[in-house]
This record gives sequence, C-alpha cells and structure tokens, in this order.
Amino acid sequence: MFIKKYIQEIWGAVKSLLKGMRRTGYYFTHHKEIITQQYPDNRETLNLPERFKGEVVMPHDENNEHRCTGCQACELACPNGTIKVIFKNELNAEGKKKKAIDKLVYHLELCTMCNLCIEACPSDAIKMAQTFEHSVFDRNELTKILNNPGSKIMDGVE
Amino acid sequence: MEGFGEVLKMYRKTEIINDSKAPPAEGFGEADMIINVGPQHPATHGVLHLVITLNGETIKNVEPHLGYIHRSIEKMCESLSYRQFIYVTSRMDYLSAHINNHACALCVEQGLQVEIPPRAQVIRVLMDELTRIASHELWLGAMAMDLGAFTPFFHAFRERESINDIMEETCGARLTMNYMVPGGVMHDLHPSFQQRVKDFMQLYKSKVHEYDEMLTGNIIFQNRMKNVGVLSAEDAISYGCTGPTARGSGVSCDVRKLYPYEIYNTLEFDEVLETGGDSFSRYMVRVREMQQSIRIIEQLIDNIPEGDFQTKTKAVLKLPKGEFYSRVETARGELGVYIVSEGATTPYRIKFRSPGFSNLSVLNHIAKGSKLGDLVAMMGTLDLVIPDIDR
Amino acid sequence: MWSFSNIANSIHEWLSNNFNPTWTIIIEMVIAGVAVISLFALLGLVLVIMERKVSAWMQIRLGPNRVGPKGMFQSLADTLKLLVKEGLTPGGADKFLFNLAPFIAMIVAMLLMAPIAFAKDFQLWDLNIGVLFVSAVSSIMVISILMAGWASNNKYSLMGAMRSGAQIVSYELSAGLSILAVVVMTGSLQVSEIIESQRNGWWIFKGHLPMLIAFVTFIIAVTAETNRAPFDLAEAESELTAGFHTEYSGMKFALFFLAEYVNVFIVCAIGATLFLGGWMPFHIGKWEGFNHVMDYIPSSIWFFGKTFFLIFLIMWFRWTFPRLRIDQLLNLEWKYLLPISMINLLIVTAMAILGWHF
Repeated sequence: MFIKKYIQEIWGAVKSLLKGMRRTGYYFTHHKEIITQQYPDNRETLNLPERFKGEVVMPHDENNEHRCTGCQACELACPNGTIKVIFKNELNAEGKKKKAIDKLVYHLELCTMCNLCIEACPSDAIKMAQTFEHSVFDRNELTKILNNPGSKIMDGVE
Repeated sequence: MEGFGEVLKMYRKTEIINDSKAPPAEGFGEADMIINVGPQHPATHGVLHLVITLNGETIKNVEPHLGYIHRSIEKMCESLSYRQFIYVTSRMDYLSAHINNHACALCVEQGLQVEIPPRAQVIRVLMDELTRIASHELWLGAMAMDLGAFTPFFHAFRERESINDIMEETCGARLTMNYMVPGGVMHDLHPSFQQRVKDFMQLYKSKVHEYDEMLTGNIIFQNRMKNVGVLSAEDAISYGCTGPTARGSGVSCDVRKLYPYEIYNTLEFDEVLETGGDSFSRYMVRVREMQQSIRIIEQLIDNIPEGDFQTKTKAVLKLPKGEFYSRVETARGELGVYIVSEGATTPYRIKFRSPGFSNLSVLNHIAKGSKLGDLVAMMGTLDLVIPDIDR
Repeated sequence: MWSFSNIANSIHEWLSNNFNPTWTIIIEMVIAGVAVISLFALLGLVLVIMERKVSAWMQIRLGPNRVGPKGMFQSLADTLKLLVKEGLTPGGADKFLFNLAPFIAMIVAMLLMAPIAFAKDFQLWDLNIGVLFVSAVSSIMVISILMAGWASNNKYSLMGAMRSGAQIVSYELSAGLSILAVVVMTGSLQVSEIIESQRNGWWIFKGHLPMLIAFVTFIIAVTAETNRAPFDLAEAESELTAGFHTEYSGMKFALFFLAEYVNVFIVCAIGATLFLGGWMPFHIGKWEGFNHVMDYIPSSIWFFGKTFFLIFLIMWFRWTFPRLRIDQLLNLEWKYLLPISMINLLIVTAMAILGWHF
C-alpha cells in the first residue's frame, strides 16, 4: 500500500496549500477588509484619545493666566531632566516680593512621555497634549517655553 | 637573553601554524566559511550579530555577539527614584513593556509593604494578558515573515493594532505605556475599555482560524518547523530557558502558576505544555497561550471590582534597607527584578533577569548541524527581542 | 480586419515595395528589436504594479496609491529612481563578470520572446523546434545568476547563486517532461502547430487527467525555475538578505528585476500556449452561437488573458506560502515531481498511440 500512502500524502499536502490560497483569495476579492489608514489625508478625521501622551503643554485661560506656582514638583519627578523651572521675583498687589516662574523650559527632545510630571503636579498646571507631529528641521525648536510671554499665575492657586 | 629565546620560540610556533601541512584549527574545516548574520540583517529583528560557521548550507557553529543596543539600563536605574525607574524598563522588552513595568512595580511594592486595591490588581492582570496577546501576535507575523510568508504578518498586525488602540485609549501610549506605578495603576480604566476589549475578543475569535489555514496546517510550514531545532527538557533547564521556549520542551515553568502574583491563583487557565521540543512545539505553545490569555480576559472583563485604582503612596518613596526580588511571566519567559536597597530614595543596585538572554544562549546548541534556512526558523521561535538581551 | 498580423503584413508589403530585399530584412529586424524592447519595458511596468497591487490586496492593504490614478504610475516612478541611482561595483568584485551578468539575464529573456505567438499569425520566428528552443535557452538563465553570485565576491551572493544553480538545473527536468507530454500529443515541436492542434479544444481539457497533472507539474516547475516564492531560495531575504543580487544597485539591479518579471511572463506564455491553446478562443463542442461570440474576441486578447491568468496564479502562490528549505526543495523535485511526471509521460504516450484523447 505504498502507492496509496504516497498519493494520500500528496493529496493532503495539496489540500493544505489550497486552504491557504482560499484565504488569500478571499482577501484579494474582499476589499472591504482593507485596514490601511491613509494618514496624511485623514488628519481631519483623526481622533486621538484624550489620554494620548503627545507633549507637555501648559493651558492658559483667556486672561493669559496659568496655574503654575513654580513648586518644581515636575522638575523633580522627571527622570530625564526634561523640565527646568526658572524663577523671577515679582511684586504682588501689596508690594511684597513674591517668587514666581519666569520660564518653564521644556525639552521635547528629551521627553519620553512618561506622564510622571503631570501626576506630580499639585495644581494641575500642565497636561499632555494630543499632538504627535513633532518633526522640525532645527533641534532648537524642540526646546519650548511652556508659559506664554507676559502670563501670570491665576488668582487663588497656591 | 632568556626573554629573546621565548620570543624566538613563539615565532617558530607561528611559523608552524602558518604551515599549510599543519592540521587546520579544530572545528574549522577547509570548505567551511564564516558569515556574519547581522547586526543589520532582515532575520535578526534588531541588532543581533551572529557569527555563523557554515559548511555549505550546514551550520557548524553559531556565535552570538551582543551589545549593539546596550544602554546600561541597570546602571541608569541606580540614579533614578523608585517611581522613575519603572518607565525605563519599558525599553527593555518593548513588546511586553507592560509586564516589565509590572515586575518592577511588584518589587517596589514588596519593599514598601503596600496592599494593592483589588481593582488595580484586576486591571494589571487584564493589561498583562492583552500585552501578551499583542506580543505573540507580532511574533507570529514576524516568524511567518522569516519563513518567507509575508501575508500572515499583516493579518496578525490587524489584531495587534486593535489591542494597541485599547492601550492608547486607557494608558495614553501604544508601545511604552508606563501605566504601572507603585501602588496600582496611573489612571482608571477608560469608560469604553470593557466594550472595546469585548470587540477585540470577537474580532480575534472570528479571525483565529485564519492562522491555522495559512500557517499551522500548511504543509510547507509544517515541514519547515517539525523536527527542527530540537531542545530537550534537560537542556532547556540547564540553559535556563523559560517561557514558551522551555514549555515547548515540556518544562513546566509558568510563573503565573508556580509563583502566582496578583490574582492569578484565583483564575482558571492552563499552563500550555508541548513535549516535542522542536520549533513547531514552541510555535504551538505560543498559539495556544494566546487562547489561554483570551480565557483569562473573559473571566475578568465582566468582573472588574469597583474601588480605587491606586493606593496612595508617599510623594518620595524610600525602600527599607534590604534585598527584594520579584518575578513575573512576560511574553518571553521569566523576568526577575532584584533590588538592593540601602534605604535611600534610589536603589543601590538593580539586576534584571531577562528571559531573552537565557533563551538566546541555547541557539548554538540547537542550531548545530541544521541548515541555514532552519536557523531563521529557530530564531523566530525563540522570539528574541534584542534590547531585552542587551539591556 | 484590424489585427496584429494585418499590420505586420502591410508593413512588410510597404517595405518590399520601397526597398530592396536586404534593406527590407534589416529594417524589419530593427522594428522587431524596438518592439521587443518596448514590450519588455511595458511588461516590467505592468507586472510590477500588478504584483504590488495583488500583494497589497491579499495583505489587506491598499498598495501604491499616490502616483497617478490609483497609483498606476508607481512603477514608472520606481524606474526613474532606479535609472538615476548610482550603479555601484564593489571593490573586490570581478568587474567584467559583475557588469556582464545582468545583461546576460536580459538577453536570455529577449531570446525567449522569439518563438512566442502573441496573436494569430503574429510570431517573430516560427522555428520548427520552438519548444525545444525555449527550454534550451531558458537554461542559460542560470549562468547569469551564477555569474552574478560569483563575481560579487560576497558570501551571501555566492550561496544564493549555488542554491539557484541546484534549483534551476533540477526543475528543468520536470518542466521539460511536462512540456514533452504536449509534444507527444501534438507530434510537433513547432509552436504554431501546437496551437493549431488545439483548435477543437485545449490540451488541458481534451487530455484528461494526465494533461492536468502535466499542467500542474509545469506550473510548479516554472515557479521554481523563475526563482519565485515559495521557491525563492536564491533571493530568500530573511536568510541571504537578497541572494545573488545583494551587491547590485541602480539600473543593473533593475535589469535583474526586469528579467525576473519578463521570465515569469514568458513561462506563463509558454504554459498558456502549450496547455491553454495560446491565442485560440474558448470553444465548447457544438454550441455554435457561443463559439461564434468567442471568435469575435481578438486573438491577442485571448493570449494575454490566459498568460496574465497564469501570472496571477504564480503571484497568488508567492503571497500565500512560506519558503521551502533547500533540501525540501530538492526532495520535492526528485521524490515527487520527477517520478510523477515520468509516469505521466508514459501514460500520455500510451494515450497518444491509442488515440484516447478527443
């Protein structure tokens, strides 16, 4: 029964190959299954989830006020030295000297989007933005100052 | 002039070696040749460098050269606080980043003696199993591509992408999530998490037979995988193999079963064991393990307890003086995290026992005497992730 | 009627009226040469875009879709890129052989074009041993691959070339035997006569099971002969990076690439000619009306339709199956295909003697 076994073997092999070809043939004829996203074309409809960690930003309200007290918690929490807080002395309403942030320097090129700074911030001054197209031609552009020029700390945030 | 005599002797020695009548160096015959596979080669999936001694198509020796992506993660961790060092471990075995983070978080929690809320435990296990499926999906596609079948790669990526989307929604990133923190997880689950996981399981179940049609049952695939790279159970133990590589040889080594952590001891799942020890057994272990992961997720997805997702810990963590060790089952095997603490805010020493390193060491043993094409299949089934090996 | 043969005849008449016979021959040769080269370029462009689209759809992707409508001009852009790329010759290479190899691959592919009947009465050279010519010339292909592999002075290339040598030489056998099955049935080696013999039905239909087996063997063997997956061991990117053309770049690489696709076209054209009736339309027995409709479709469309169907089949193989190992590849030939096609040839001979076909 050598011949029979030989033929059975061949038939089994051919059947297994045909099964695979049926699968690829199915996808060849069913274009609805295509999962490609045409990225630069679908920018308008591209919805990133609100938790997506793209870059650190500092939200400002309409009076150009932010919530950062300059407590340096984010600077300490950052594993890579991405954030640097630079202070200035400011006179408050009563004429007293008060420490406030001059610049909150953020190095996007060092950031690994680990979210530890946002977790550490006690006053919710910074958050993650959903941007992801970070390519620039000059690496200096990646060093960002998060607070707007002339911005102040919001009233009531300690 | 005794020193001169020594030099003269050495000179004579070299002359004898260069003599063509002298027997060739042991193991390297006249018809042999050495080829370098990697550090840039399509089959090595990274920067692994294999120096292969070949006799025609037959492999005589394989010598892995490591270190092309060594970033001294262990040393780096010594200067990072216990909260910070976890994120670095995502970069070791980037395909199961979540499970790496889990091991570190477990170790820190062991030192801090904190209880994890049940909700956080369930979330961690769910994420681990999703990561395991994602990792195995990528392995499946990449291994099929090593064997020359390109199409399953894209089909496997379809399922993997839907897991990545779930991760992106809940953790905020697709690959290096950094979702685990000491004491729990960083955020609560996204409101649509349960529904999306259910959708994914439906997708997976409707597509899983395709892999059988295209790979498992395929006669060419079976011929390429069966009786290739046979690793006996004894060798698997003596080389320190873990994970699917060892379970393919019939060695029971699932940390989830043997040293249960989190809530694994309350879950129903099987430890997948195959006894063949060849590439096909390792393949089958991973394919069946995906189904076990699905089984675990099915048990948990409707029973996520309410409550906190994180225990409040101090802002600055300090581990007591001592040594701490934790182990978890990653997609590749057993990952051990060993922390030596001097009571400071940063660890004194950290050692990672990465599964890839031990699994790679077996390559020379199983590859000897097989064909060059088989080496690619073996490397595929060992599921090597090079940053995990080099760290 | 407007057809290729009418155009060819009118050109010939016009030339004979205006020039003496020697000049006529020379001008006709130049025209044929230009036509073959432009057919080459066209085939390369069409087959590359076809392969990319077929693979994309099988892999649930969109494929090239940026250059031109639905990405149809993608291969044109690729060609432009390859043309302006630097053609590097490695320092340790045998420069003469290294640069010669792609041209030999090309010349072989061009020679193979000669006996193929593209349409009714439209053939470059209807020599009386057409089929033998094809199988003889196609074996020269292996020389160019060996030459490229050896001259590159690269171990990957050398291994790819050696694999390819073993592979092509052994698969020639079963390809030749399955071609012989048709030759035995027809009693002629001439391409035009083989096509003529299929006027009342293609060989794959009127030859019963043995002819079907011969056809399947032929398809498997030519897939291996043209170094395409699942038999692409000579290139095997996951093992040998790119096999025998690892060191080639720019236009020299493009020539190898083009030669591969033209070879695929040629073997499929031979397959269509031998088994599927070449340019013969599809007829069913006594259905006069149906047969009449089929006759209206031009013969060139029949030929190219059948050829492209076979090409699609070979592409389908490529994007479904994993690659074989070298020893399995040779096992398949020597333990399965060769005995089967030998026994098959015996049966076919008996059938031809006893007249058991239609």
